[in-house]
Amino acid sequence: MAEAKQTTGTRSGSRGIAAVRSGRVRRHVDLLVATRKGAFVLRGDSLRRAWRIEEPHFLGHETNHLTSDPRDGTTWLLAAKTGHLGPTIFRSTDGRQGWSEARRPPAFPKVSEGQNGPALDRVFCLAPGHASQPGVWWAGSVPHALFRSEDGGVSWELVVGFSDYLDGLRQQKPPRFFPTPGGAITHSILVDPRDPNHLYVSLSTGGSFETADAGASWRPLNQGVSADFLPDPDPEFGQDPHCMVLSPADPDRLYQQNHCGVYRLDRPAVRWERIGRNLPAEVGDVGFPIVAHPRDPDTVWVFPMDGTSVWPRTAPGGHPAVFRSRDGGRNWSRGATGFPTAHGWLTVFRQAMTCDTLDPVGLYLGTTTGEVWGSRDEGESWRQVASHLPPVLAIEALVR
Amino acid sequence: MPVKVYLSSHVRSYTDGQAEVTAEGGNLAELMLDLESQYPGIRFRVIDEQDRIRPHMNFFVGNELARDLQHLIGAGERVHILGALSGG
Repeated sequence: MAEAKQTTGTRSGSRGIAAVRSGRVRRHVDLLVATRKGAFVLRGDSLRRAWRIEEPHFLGHETNHLTSDPRDGTTWLLAAKTGHLGPTIFRSTDGRQGWSEARRPPAFPKVSEGQNGPALDRVFCLAPGHASQPGVWWAGSVPHALFRSEDGGVSWELVVGFSDYLDGLRQQKPPRFFPTPGGAITHSILVDPRDPNHLYVSLSTGGSFETADAGASWRPLNQGVSADFLPDPDPEFGQDPHCMVLSPADPDRLYQQNHCGVYRLDRPAVRWERIGRNLPAEVGDVGFPIVAHPRDPDTVWVFPMDGTSVWPRTAPGGHPAVFRSRDGGRNWSRGATGFPTAHGWLTVFRQAMTCDTLDPVGLYLGTTTGEVWGSRDEGESWRQVASHLPPVLAIEALVR
Repeated sequence: MPVKVYLSSHVRSYTDGQAEVTAEGGNLAELMLDLESQYPGIRFRVIDEQDRIRPHMNFFVGNELARDLQHLIGAGERVHILGALSGG
């Protein structure tokens, strides 16, 4: 291998590593695909053109997220459960040749006798900690909770400050926390690369929140974000963000794909701007995933889905397309070459779209129909790189 | 008191593939603690953090379906830990 260090291209991307076009160094991309029936690794060639599917890991398990640690280049964590068994996390520290289970997976504390305490349904997302804290990981769950590990995912502790904060919010009237069919999801955990204690956490049917002290205290960060399913459409919390990302190129630039649109926030401001209104009206700005360019804070991609009438959440009109903005959401261009031109009723879940860190940036998405699509030209054109997989729940791109 | 425990395939990854194992316990709570000591990690996959049997797992003690971990295990009774059809 030309370079020992790996970088993970997440939905936010990691710090860019310029591709060497002369061919002296060829970078490859692995796609880490978590599905409803196991985790798959798709290994790309140096041109990102041919892809080889490896045999599944944990076949039959509902794998919600598979990701790697960009800090050590070898640790992989997998959030899994089955239809019968409770949630857990599996770890590999040898490039996924062998897996072990977390000794103390995320779990709520046991409550006193006679009380009815919560039980974890699943670990939904995994996020490596700050670069200065090797071994620290964060996990988001269903129902809402945040967990932290300090030993590379072997053991996990509930972040009590966050749970206590949410308990306080739940006491407020009117009620603003309502589980969705997918549950009350902690889906986005963003670590400020400048400060290990500064995190953003985003919840479905809850809103987005910020901590500056590693989770001891929190404040809402939802101004300007609509919640048209509540009597007050502009509440302090209770919105339904689907996915939130931090620009790797500018940690003060955030984007979110929300149930009620696409938004951008430039810190230290606290009011989000609805940039999704600049998408074509016939497409709308409803969707699940959002992806930020690894090097350009003004470039972002979304996969709009139909949010009209009964909310099909399939590609509008059966015409799947990825929309890209190069100017922070003021203008958008449509990238659909290669996608079905009719009857393409695709749904892409919130963790199922990502990018790599190469130049040009490669984009990848997985569908509930078990397809994985890839673009080598930053979303202009697309090719199907895998099919007949189980429904894709999450996808990450690992550059090696 | 040694108890014969039959496990459906869902949890045999913890018992190195064995479908039937032996554990100690006068009730399911004790039995699960002993199983956990022998096969680390198995308990939390079938019992949640509030000590409730997970909704898609069934525990039979003899021919009785157990509702909670306080269910007693009589002398000679066999325990079945099975994945329910509802979890499929």
